[in-house]
Amino acid sequence: MIPRHSLTQRHEQSCGLCCTKINNLGVTLGKTEILRDVNIHIHCGELTVLIGPNGAGKSTLLKAVLGEIPHTGELSFVDARGSDAKRPLIGYVPQRLEFDSGSPISVLDLFTVSLTGKPAWLIKPGSLQRRVTENLTRVQAAHLINRRLGDLSGGELQRVLLALALDPVPDLLLLDEPVSGIDRQGMELFYNLVSEIRHQFDLSIILVSHDLALVSEYADRVIFLNKTVIYSGKPAGLLLDNSLAQTLGSAWLKGLYGSQLSGMENRGGLE
Amino acid sequence: MDILHSLIGRLLPFEWAQYAFMKNALIAVLLVTPIFGMLGTMVVNNRMAFYSEALGHSALTGIGIGVILGLSNPLISMVAFAVLLAIAISFVKSSSTASTDTTIGVFSAIAVSLGIVILSRGGNFNRYASFLIGDLLSITPDEIVLLSIVFIAVIILWVFIFNKLVLVSVNPSLAHSRGVNVRLYETLFAVIMAVLVTISIQWVGLLIITSLLVLPPAAARNISGNIRRYTFISVTITMLSGLTGLVLSYYWGTATGATIVLISALLYFITLVSKPWFNE
Repeated sequence: MIPRHSLTQRHEQSCGLCCTKINNLGVTLGKTEILRDVNIHIHCGELTVLIGPNGAGKSTLLKAVLGEIPHTGELSFVDARGSDAKRPLIGYVPQRLEFDSGSPISVLDLFTVSLTGKPAWLIKPGSLQRRVTENLTRVQAAHLINRRLGDLSGGELQRVLLALALDPVPDLLLLDEPVSGIDRQGMELFYNLVSEIRHQFDLSIILVSHDLALVSEYADRVIFLNKTVIYSGKPAGLLLDNSLAQTLGSAWLKGLYGSQLSGMENRGGLE
Repeated sequence: MDILHSLIGRLLPFEWAQYAFMKNALIAVLLVTPIFGMLGTMVVNNRMAFYSEALGHSALTGIGIGVILGLSNPLISMVAFAVLLAIAISFVKSSSTASTDTTIGVFSAIAVSLGIVILSRGGNFNRYASFLIGDLLSITPDEIVLLSIVFIAVIILWVFIFNKLVLVSVNPSLAHSRGVNVRLYETLFAVIMAVLVTISIQWVGLLIITSLLVLPPAAARNISGNIRRYTFISVTITMLSGLTGLVLSYYWGTATGATIVLISALLYFITLVSKPWFNE
């Protein structure tokens, strides 16, 4: 990463830019050690994709970063002026909602209950409506404002949740990729938006993904997690990492790249 | 209270509205049904019907404990036991991997059987049968004062905690990321439910209290697209069924609680049929 503010030399002790640091993070639940010695530094404006096999601790890491489960080690955020490290303000886009899809909660309601203390059952949102429309416009979803959450398609819901996570603008954005329910077109629209927003707001983004093929073109960096950080670097480098291929089997790695590689295979590029 | 009574007598020149017990029952309905309509929206959103059923069942054990302690009015032991149960369920729920249904089922089974064992000692269970069906017409002015306090307390709480509860119901992690203490609000709601259910049980009846909590919001969600409308319609349907049920039960000579539930069931089917006209 080339520091964009390389002319300002005030904070060489950190990353040169604002960044989020996860240092020696570990999680032990009961007697099971789920994560240990996780070290991740994420620069602002960088999209880091987190992958790993099932049970590798990806969602545990997200929950630890969110502060939902106790962890050792530390999480800090240093802004561009190099001021003291603080706990980052986190925006979170969940994998799925757990509500009953028949619930009469509109998109506007969701924003109202998240952004204000005024009881949504009693008071008309009024002035909030403009702010919500602005938020939704960012993700091309302004037309959805009065729709029920349960009536949205997977992709629309994902965009609405993204808009919500961006108000207030967070230091660190955590995205949990939905496993199902979004068509390819919807996914591409979503990642294009995320990619744009990353530069627009200079955000650090961690994206937990299950399909690297889909997101590798947007990723600045890939982190392969299996209890701890096994690989961290450019997306393409993951495949070239021999020790990784040995431990996991190259078939598994190829599976991660899915469609991209199957094209190569057909042309005899691999195997 | 006297002023209220004469006011009701003046405003409603009907035969049923001339009796003191009917006037008391009317005031009670006007106090209880709006809270049921409001809290019910969250019960349905969070799929907590089974949970409120368990709370209702726990009332039996609460009465039993009251009898053992020699309390003249078992209300205190009922509320205390239900609150304890509510906290226990939410604790076990968050610290065990068993499904919520199973956890609640276990607690509900213990509560109901323990209550029946205690109350049936010496073959006297019939004395408590009124709790199963409920008797709205037996409500006293003192109890109406208690209901008014609960009414005001629940509405004030609802103003402050509603938004957080909605967010938790949508996704707990999302709520957490926005600074909501998920456990606190879940427990708080469970406790409010416990208090409301146990206080109302002697008038509404253990067997049907969940129906009154679930039917009106289930009807309301058929024809509403946002939270304000949902709450408003749910409260309206609960009050409408409460008032209609009270009057009809007087003329029919039937149990008030069950009559009210039947009316709300009727309204549920009407909204279900008219659903297509309200969407879009």
